[in-house]
Amino acid sequence: MTNEAIKEFITAILPTASFDETGEWLNIQIESTQLLTLAKALREGETNMNYLFCLTCVDWKTHLTMVYHFSSIQHRNSIVVKANLDRNQPSIETLSFIWRTAEFHEREVFEMFGVQFENHPDLRKLILEDEFKGFPLRKDFEDPINMIKL
Amino acid sequence: MELNEILKGKEAFPGIIHETPGGGIVVSTFDSIINWARSNSLWPLSFATSCCGIEMMSTASAKYDFSRFGFEVARASPRQADVIIIAGTIVNKMAPVLKRLYDQMADPKYVIAMGACAISGGPFFYNTYSVVKGADHIIPVDVYIPGCPPRPEALLHSLISLQEKIKMGMTREQIRGDFKTV
Amino acid sequence: MIQETEIIKDTTHLGDEGEMVINMGPQHPATHGVLHLVVTLNGETIKKIEPHLGYIHRSIEKMCESLTYRQFIYVTSRMDYLSSHINNLGCALLIEKGMQIEVPERAKYVRVILSELTRIASHELWLGAMAMDLGAFTPFFYAFREREMITDIMEDTCGARLTMNYIVPGGLMYDIHPDFQKKVKAFIAQFKSKVTEYEDLVTNNIIFQSRTKGVGILSAEDAISYGCTGPVARASGVSCDIRKLFPYEVYDKVEFDEVIETAGDSFARYIVRVKEMNQSIRIIEQLIDNIPEGEFVGKTKNVLKLPKGEFYTRVETARGEFGVYIVSEGGTTPHRIKFRSPGFSNLSALNHMAAGSKIGDLMATMGTLDLVIPDIDR
Repeated sequence: MTNEAIKEFITAILPTASFDETGEWLNIQIESTQLLTLAKALREGETNMNYLFCLTCVDWKTHLTMVYHFSSIQHRNSIVVKANLDRNQPSIETLSFIWRTAEFHEREVFEMFGVQFENHPDLRKLILEDEFKGFPLRKDFEDPINMIKL
Repeated sequence: MELNEILKGKEAFPGIIHETPGGGIVVSTFDSIINWARSNSLWPLSFATSCCGIEMMSTASAKYDFSRFGFEVARASPRQADVIIIAGTIVNKMAPVLKRLYDQMADPKYVIAMGACAISGGPFFYNTYSVVKGADHIIPVDVYIPGCPPRPEALLHSLISLQEKIKMGMTREQIRGDFKTV
Repeated sequence: MIQETEIIKDTTHLGDEGEMVINMGPQHPATHGVLHLVVTLNGETIKKIEPHLGYIHRSIEKMCESLTYRQFIYVTSRMDYLSSHINNLGCALLIEKGMQIEVPERAKYVRVILSELTRIASHELWLGAMAMDLGAFTPFFYAFREREMITDIMEDTCGARLTMNYIVPGGLMYDIHPDFQKKVKAFIAQFKSKVTEYEDLVTNNIIFQSRTKGVGILSAEDAISYGCTGPVARASGVSCDIRKLFPYEVYDKVEFDEVIETAGDSFARYIVRVKEMNQSIRIIEQLIDNIPEGEFVGKTKNVLKLPKGEFYTRVETARGEFGVYIVSEGGTTPHRIKFRSPGFSNLSALNHMAAGSKIGDLMATMGTLDLVIPDIDR
């Protein structure tokens, strides 16, 4: 499927999505509330995006951005979906009912950045200790005891 | 006495051997015999957290065999092990586990810190929030092996140094006089 | 008193009447690293498995935000230490793509040969370790015999046995050792003569077959949904070899088959890896005699700066798809690095695969998943 066909497919569902083709893959910027409708359509529609291979979050100092990388095995192409979140109350829908791989990835983003995933079956800390305070991968994380700065 | 000439300088067995017809008599101290026996059959606890564990497995396999020195029987349970080879990085979540394993081992027990991560945090020293900067913050260490990862020959060298340390009576318990039974 | 009963109430959600909750690990001879599994058992049948990670979390992603682009590559060697060349190759490819650096042909050929040798070494160690988990001690020593030949070659050329930082952005760090081709050919000859040994000892062994056939079945839809890649997904019928789908370096010039099985059980995963070793030998044979002369590294500046933007590369390690995602602001250090590790997604399918089986089957399933825990925890 070409980028044009994907863009048409998405604009039919979400007219407000914006596109960015400067990178290697098509980047789609949407609102955080529209994620679940777009994800379901990508999975079940003609784009057949059945592989979610990377789910992460980036901390720009004013806001957070969730980044999702999808790819389709039949069509052999990949796209990137981004959604901005508010830094003080970051919250977004979970994708673990569509792709089971999102369970572990979202738990990791929850403990590292503090993003709440609504309707996640089991949102707990995965890698850090249970008593850990703070969100390590945020840019304003300070730990004077453990972190020795070069 | 011919046997003494042969054995002089080799010190395979601590003690003076007196040849008598029909056998021989060995005179020695109990401490040196017990140290000799302990050093030649140290059983390691299999505790490999990361990359150095692969070099420990290589040392166990056929090319750099460490069963020549008596280390072959790697026990999984700390109650049956003598030496714990800390191969890999220790992080904050793993530190209580390491302390508990060390406490469960029976005296006399020895610790070898293998690799840069176990000595001082290694390549993960700066800007990490979860690495313990050296296993000797948790348990007392007898032998340190530098390297990232150290070669199997380095691990064998350290095991031989530990054996010499035990034979000379320089382990922590002996200096404190802890295992002298009254 | 009130506090005690509250604590007791809190922990009973772990199991119902007649069920037992046991801990496997973090220190355990068969967990291939520090993995803590909380297993809920009913007799000997497993009801639920919950992996607890984090016992080797070295905060690599945070640390890389303060390392330069030449420095962060050495850390990826230590993440999945059994495929260290392939991890380094993924990072180097990303920097070359971002900065448009030309890589000479000689470097590309040597990089692919080293990647395939690393893949064989990793599968050899997996074979030895998995057979040891199932109780067979002999294949461990046989597998290490071949692996020592490969580490010998690596030591001559790269200087280190396990974590070699030899692949740099632009090519290689030094030229290859003069004996490189001769030793690789000697290794290929020895490996081919020993393949029948492995067949007789492990593959055709009736005990091994009955312990792994029909155990830990993963269907193709579940493999895709759980994001599994590598031999785990290929044994369930999903075609996902990055070397075929999105070729990099010289993989589009060599001929090799993508090994796919459809059974989805542990025996199929075992067969896929053994056949992959043979395919790697085929790739090396095609390349070893044709290494072109020339430079071994392209022209790069001393201080590397990626332009502003986002970049993603993927390579096929011995465990699956390893992805590096960098968000750059134009400086000398990355703004955010994310390593997409194959073990993380493969492990999430463990509960699905092993629920309902016995503890002995759990060992067979975990052995064939080929987990390297520092890769999962990063």
